[in-house]
Amino acid sequence: MYEFEYRRPASVPEAVEMLRDREGAKALAGGMSLLSAMKLRLASPDVLVDLGRIEGMSGIRLEGAEVRIGAMTRHAQVAASAEVGKAIPALADLAGRIGDRQVRNRGTLGGSLANSDPAACYPAAVLGLDARIETDRRSIAAEAFFIDLFETALQSGELITAVRFPVPRSAAYVKFHQPASRFALVGVFVAVTGSGEVRVAVTGAGPVVFRAASIESALAREFSAAAAGAAAVSAQGLNSDMHGDADYRAHLIPVLAARAVAQILERQG
Amino acid sequence: MNVPISIKVNGVERQAEVEPRTLLASLLRETLCLTGTHIGCDTAQCGCCTVLVDGDAVKSCTMLAVQADGCSVTTIEGLAQGEELHPVQKSFHDCHALQCGYCTPGFIMSSVELLEKYRDLDEGRVRELLEGNLCRCTGYNNIVQAVLSLAAERGRT
Repeated sequence: MYEFEYRRPASVPEAVEMLRDREGAKALAGGMSLLSAMKLRLASPDVLVDLGRIEGMSGIRLEGAEVRIGAMTRHAQVAASAEVGKAIPALADLAGRIGDRQVRNRGTLGGSLANSDPAACYPAAVLGLDARIETDRRSIAAEAFFIDLFETALQSGELITAVRFPVPRSAAYVKFHQPASRFALVGVFVAVTGSGEVRVAVTGAGPVVFRAASIESALAREFSAAAAGAAAVSAQGLNSDMHGDADYRAHLIPVLAARAVAQILERQG
Repeated sequence: MNVPISIKVNGVERQAEVEPRTLLASLLRETLCLTGTHIGCDTAQCGCCTVLVDGDAVKSCTMLAVQADGCSVTTIEGLAQGEELHPVQKSFHDCHALQCGYCTPGFIMSSVELLEKYRDLDEGRVRELLEGNLCRCTGYNNIVQAVLSLAAERGRT
C-alpha cells in the first residue's frame, strides 16, 4: 500500500479535528475493508486516523426499549453479548455470521455502516430495525443514512459514535452467503417492530440496502412464510455479477424472507 | 515518518520503529524474524497469517503493526514450552492434521482461540468456526478431527 501518515486520537472531538484538518484523511476502525482496499490501492488516504484507542466508543447498553451499541464495538462482541442475545437475538445471530471468526474479532459496527458495502450484513439490521445512527454532530434515521453504493449521509469528517436499535417484538436474518467472500449474495432481515410494523430489509441484492415493499405489505396482510414467499420482487436495478444475475437475486429475496418469517413463527411456537 | 511501537511478542517485550503502512505480518516475519506466521493470500481470506492479539485470533496481513502497539501478540513460535508441544500442536500431530503444512500455523493459532472461547463443539460447529482458514490441499477432515478430539478430551476432564 502507499505511504500515509498515522494519527491516533484519544477522543472523538480530537479525531474529528484530525479528519477536518486534512482533506485526504480517513478514519480507521477495524480496518477489515479499508486496509484491504488500501492494499489493493483502491484507497490511498494521506492520513489514517486510528479510532482504536478512543475510550468509550465501544460497548453495549440496554437503554429502555433500545440497545445502544458503540461504533467501535466488534462483531464478535455483539455476537457474544448476553444483552443483545436477549433483547434482539437476530442481531447477535447476524453479527456472529459476518465474515469469519478472525474478521469478527476486528471488524466494527461503525466501520461496516460507514463503508456501506452493498453486500454487508449490518445495514440490513439497521434498516430492518429502524435504528438510528448517532454521529459526533447529529442522529440520523436508518432510512436517510444509506444513500447508494458505498455512499452514506455522513458528511466529510463526520464520525459515527453509536447506533441505537429499538428492541423489536421479533426479528430474524437469513442470508445466502457467497462462500468465497463470505459476504451476503442476498440477505433479508425481517422485523416486527415494537409497534407491530413489519419491516423487510434486503442487502446484497441492490447497490445499497433497501426495503422490500411488496413483501412488507404481503406480510402486513398475513404474517406467514407463504405470504412472504408469494410476493413478487422486481429484478430492475438489482446487481448482476459472476455469482448471480439480477433475476436470481430477485428470486432469492422472497425465498429468504419466507425463511426468516418461518424462523420467527417457529420461535414463537 | 516512522512510528515507535512496543509489542509483547510471545511474552517478550519488543520495540521497533515502523513505517505506518507496515503490516503486523511483515513486522513479525521481517523485523522480528518469526517466519512461522505465513502469508498466503495477503487479502484476509486464507487465514495462514493468523496470530493472537490480546487473545483474539486475527489475520496479521490485514492489521497494521501500529495497531498492535501496546498489545500482546502470540505466534506459532510462542506455543510450545521448550520441547513440549502445545496441546493443539500435539493434537494436529497425532491426527496428522496437515498435508503440505503451509496453512498449519494459521489453523493452529485459530484453533487455539476456538478451543479457548467456544464450548459445545460438534463437527458442524467446528467447520463453521474454522471458516476463516483455508487449506488448499483440502485436508480439512483431519484438522477438524484434531480440534474435536481436544474438545472431547476437555469434555472428559
